[in-house]
Amino acid sequence: MVSAVSTHASSAQPAAVSDALIEIRDLHYSVGGRSIFSGLNLSIPRGRITALMGPSGTGKTTLLRLITGQIKPTRGQILFDGIDVASLNTRELYALRRRMGMLFQNGALLTDMDVFENVAFPLREHTDLPECLIRNIVLTKLQAVGLRGAARLMPSELSGGMNRRVALARTMATDPEVLIYDEPFTGLDPISMGMIVRLVRHMNSALAITSIVVSHDVQELSELSDTSYIIAGGKVVASGELKNLKGHQSDIVNQFLNGLPDGPVPFHYPAADYYQQLLGSEA
Amino acid sequence: MKLLRELTGNAGDFAAAVGSVTLFCGRLLAQVPRALLRPSLIVEQIHNAGALSLVIIMTCGLFVGAVLGLQGYDLLQRFGSEDALGTAAALALIKELGPVVTSLLFAGRAGTALASELGLMRATDQLTAMEMMAVDPVRRVVAPRFLGGLIAMPLLTLIFIAIGIFGVQLVGVQMFGVESSSFWSQMRSSVDMNDIAEGVIKGCVFGFACSLVAVYEGYNAIPTAEGVGRATTRTVVISAVLTLMLDYMLTAVML
Repeated sequence: MVSAVSTHASSAQPAAVSDALIEIRDLHYSVGGRSIFSGLNLSIPRGRITALMGPSGTGKTTLLRLITGQIKPTRGQILFDGIDVASLNTRELYALRRRMGMLFQNGALLTDMDVFENVAFPLREHTDLPECLIRNIVLTKLQAVGLRGAARLMPSELSGGMNRRVALARTMATDPEVLIYDEPFTGLDPISMGMIVRLVRHMNSALAITSIVVSHDVQELSELSDTSYIIAGGKVVASGELKNLKGHQSDIVNQFLNGLPDGPVPFHYPAADYYQQLLGSEA
Repeated sequence: MKLLRELTGNAGDFAAAVGSVTLFCGRLLAQVPRALLRPSLIVEQIHNAGALSLVIIMTCGLFVGAVLGLQGYDLLQRFGSEDALGTAAALALIKELGPVVTSLLFAGRAGTALASELGLMRATDQLTAMEMMAVDPVRRVVAPRFLGGLIAMPLLTLIFIAIGIFGVQLVGVQMFGVESSSFWSQMRSSVDMNDIAEGVIKGCVFGFACSLVAVYEGYNAIPTAEGVGRATTRTVVISAVLTLMLDYMLTAVML
């Protein structure tokens, strides 16, 4: 299997079509001596919306960085369409990333360009399309996210929700196979949140792409996702349809899904004995 | 023992930093040919680093020249050689003060702007977003800024020198009454192309060093407000020290 993977990796071309677009096998990752993942396994099915959930600090964003090749695992494999992401050189990785799109928590729009130029950016960088065609593609993408009228605004003039919708239009400009959303609902009002939920669902069904949503917003994800993984303690602790996980046996899953303030994830950060510390002199 | 440990630790950190800058410089220079294919991006950065620094460069050039005129006249009149003011001031400006002061001002104005801009792009995930769009930020963002600084710096040096000489003339000729014709004719007969080349070469070398420090510090800034602030401060300090060190070395070689 390893040899087959490395053969594909060299050309960054897809392997034989399987149901899973991304497979993660026995993933270990540690940083600064602290283990983030210890034997994580999961697969992201093609053409579906998969939610990656878990308490804060469990490494959800780190997992996205591993999937997109921004960092390399300590051990284990991350296979994107059969290609071992960690084995790719920079050129191959960039070729693979053209098949992915990532929506950042803060949008990450280029602040020295207006909305139109931001959406046109990947087209100008990767294609030699004539200006009139670029214009039409950009306007089509902006229309899809409802912001055609904001084409000449600067990122500083946009609200948080608009910012993320522009970033989504930019991500969609090159028609990626997989869209990765990092905390897309954080800090949004209910209207903007509803817009993003609708857009994620619409993009996924209309364009038949694979979507990965990292979030801890249980309510929104239960409406949105086809399948979910709950990650805690460096492993997957539960998976399946979110509505079926509500009565899960695991304490951590119950604490997370029901928003309990104390449990396996303690309210108090580990500390010395309270009374001894009060009577002592150390801070 | 503790001192020895600290010294070896510092030496190790220094070696690691030099290695990191060298690798970054190699990566940057490898992207320069591709960046040159898009001159509009470089012209924009020449405007940012050069045109936007013009006011401060011209103002400082005028006052440095004026002070040079005052001090030079005071010194030369003691020997009855006021006519040599033009030559002395021009050589000082062209060979030393022009490139060095311009470089220090460049680091303070354009260098900090470059470092903080790149640092903020890092902190707000703009550079990561580019990498995710399969666009190399070193080629698209860093190389044009580096080239903009590299091209702008010698031009700013020449402008500083010209305005500085005007400042010397203003004080020496207009204020103290030094003979205008001898002021200019002595300057023209004493200053040759080698002197001007020395100033331009220093401007180019300082431009390379200051621009490299600024883009390196900004690109590798820790993505926090404190990290960006630290990168900006380091840009000014390292650029200033490098400028003076390189100035000594270049002067020793070209004298």
